[in-house]
Amino acid sequence: MLPATVTARRRRGDGFTRLALLLPYAWLVAFLLLPFLVVVAVSLSTKELGTPPFVPPLRLEGGVPRLAPDFGNYAYLLDDPLYAVAYLNSLKVALISTLACLALGYPMAYAIVRAPARRRPLLLTLIILPFWTSFLIRVYAWIGILAPNGLLNALLLWLGWTGEPLVLLSTEPAVVLGIVYSYLPFMILPLYATLERLDPALLEAASDLGCRPAAAFLRVTLPLSLPGVVAGSMLVFVPAVGEFVIPDLLGGTDSLMIGKVVWDEFFSNTDWPVASAVAVVLLLVLILPLLWLQRLQGDRR
Amino acid sequence: MTGGRSRFLFTMLAFGYAFLYVPIATLIVYSFNESRLVTVWSGFSTKWYGALLENEALLDAAGTSLLVGVISATAATVLGTLAAMALARRRLPGRMLFTAMLATPLVLPEVILGLALLLLVVSVQALTGWPAERGIATIAIAHATLAMAYVTVVVRSRLIGLDPAIGEAAMDLGARPATVFFRITLPMIAPGVIAGWLLAFTLSLDDLVLASFLSGPGAGTLPMAIFSSVRMGVSPQINALATVIVVLVTVVVLVAGRLVFQPGPRPRGDAP
Repeated sequence: MLPATVTARRRRGDGFTRLALLLPYAWLVAFLLLPFLVVVAVSLSTKELGTPPFVPPLRLEGGVPRLAPDFGNYAYLLDDPLYAVAYLNSLKVALISTLACLALGYPMAYAIVRAPARRRPLLLTLIILPFWTSFLIRVYAWIGILAPNGLLNALLLWLGWTGEPLVLLSTEPAVVLGIVYSYLPFMILPLYATLERLDPALLEAASDLGCRPAAAFLRVTLPLSLPGVVAGSMLVFVPAVGEFVIPDLLGGTDSLMIGKVVWDEFFSNTDWPVASAVAVVLLLVLILPLLWLQRLQGDRR
Repeated sequence: MTGGRSRFLFTMLAFGYAFLYVPIATLIVYSFNESRLVTVWSGFSTKWYGALLENEALLDAAGTSLLVGVISATAATVLGTLAAMALARRRLPGRMLFTAMLATPLVLPEVILGLALLLLVVSVQALTGWPAERGIATIAIAHATLAMAYVTVVVRSRLIGLDPAIGEAAMDLGARPATVFFRITLPMIAPGVIAGWLLAFTLSLDDLVLASFLSGPGAGTLPMAIFSSVRMGVSPQINALATVIVVLVTVVVLVAGRLVFQPGPRPRGDAP
């Protein structure tokens, strides 16, 4: 029988335990939840010249709080087709990039799982290593490769496969390429994690029962690795929709993406309310896949 | 395994690694190119490294980045470790909200987080007059918020392998929770905590978007300096800088790899 104080302490915790719990909680509320509420508030405010460059929707007038939300920014988003085009284009580019990541990442993850156990740590480190080097510099590397006077064009001209330099940079395929290149590790790692946990006895059983390897893959391996496919796809798709650096450096003016729209509204047009409205709508677009990912992680626990 | 299938897998793996590493290799090779032009190889030279050392603006930005990186990584490690411990508790009030908030920075487009935090800072500024101006502190807060989510994931994977009976035994023997944490839990999860710090530090050094939103006059970070230079086109100096970064990171990852990839605490009931 333990002393009552010990059991009580274990159940409720003391000051240290409470502080340890409160600190990260309070930080997330202050610097993640609260900022989103401010974004919603600013998206309902009116643009104005000054610092800050907007009139808040809730303000004190002669000591009386007055609530005057301005829905004009959202009306503006509906009005100008540029925004709808940018949203749809971002979703399209993110979807194509996710599928390309999956097509390249799945066989790679599968091959690493099949590799001899002593080689796996090295193979995995090689997947993660580029992620640790600068993202910006890795995207920059593609400018040197894809530019009109870049390495790829030099190679194609030398091989005689093309008579004149091709336009590769500042195109939508270049953006997709940049996203696949930057996000590939995020696809491979969750896939590897689920494939590694797969019990080899299942495949042996399938083979003993006369199942061919291809059928065993389609009917055993693939369905069991679906959680990894979904997790990897979300980790690529959601950030890719709002990506700024890659479309800015590798994309052209014809393929507008929504992350760049937020950036330009904010930095070039100094229209903070419209930038906030664009961000709120983007968040609403992404909330469904986010909740899905959340549930998936909950299931795994 | 059939021969055809293993050949296919090997080809994909080789292609994948080539895809990941050839662009980085081109950066390194051309950082030693004497010519300013990318496609023209006019001879071996280390002059771009010399130019890098004399580029005061870039060195200043690197100093700012290192400072922001150390502050934010340390804050993120404390916050993320505590968050991972909180998630390991059986009873956690508001678990749904807590896990949702922790998962969000992992996938949220950075422009949204950057804009949101900037608007918060501006609002607090308007209400209280603090902070007087944006700079290292505001960037560090943003980076800590982003990185703590990653630290939580890393530390949590380490915590899951821990036997809770050890901590309970210590408490039964009269140790206070703080003592249990510092003398038992922390030493056992130390590799995860160190890996988390390194990850947070890297994320901070690498971030352009949050820093751009939250920086003020005179507090530009290295990625901001690189970005404004890269927007002008390809520059051999950036190639030289990229090479320095790649070499540094490779060394750190290989050293840290020995530390982190050592086998974790064994699950209960495993033979030693």
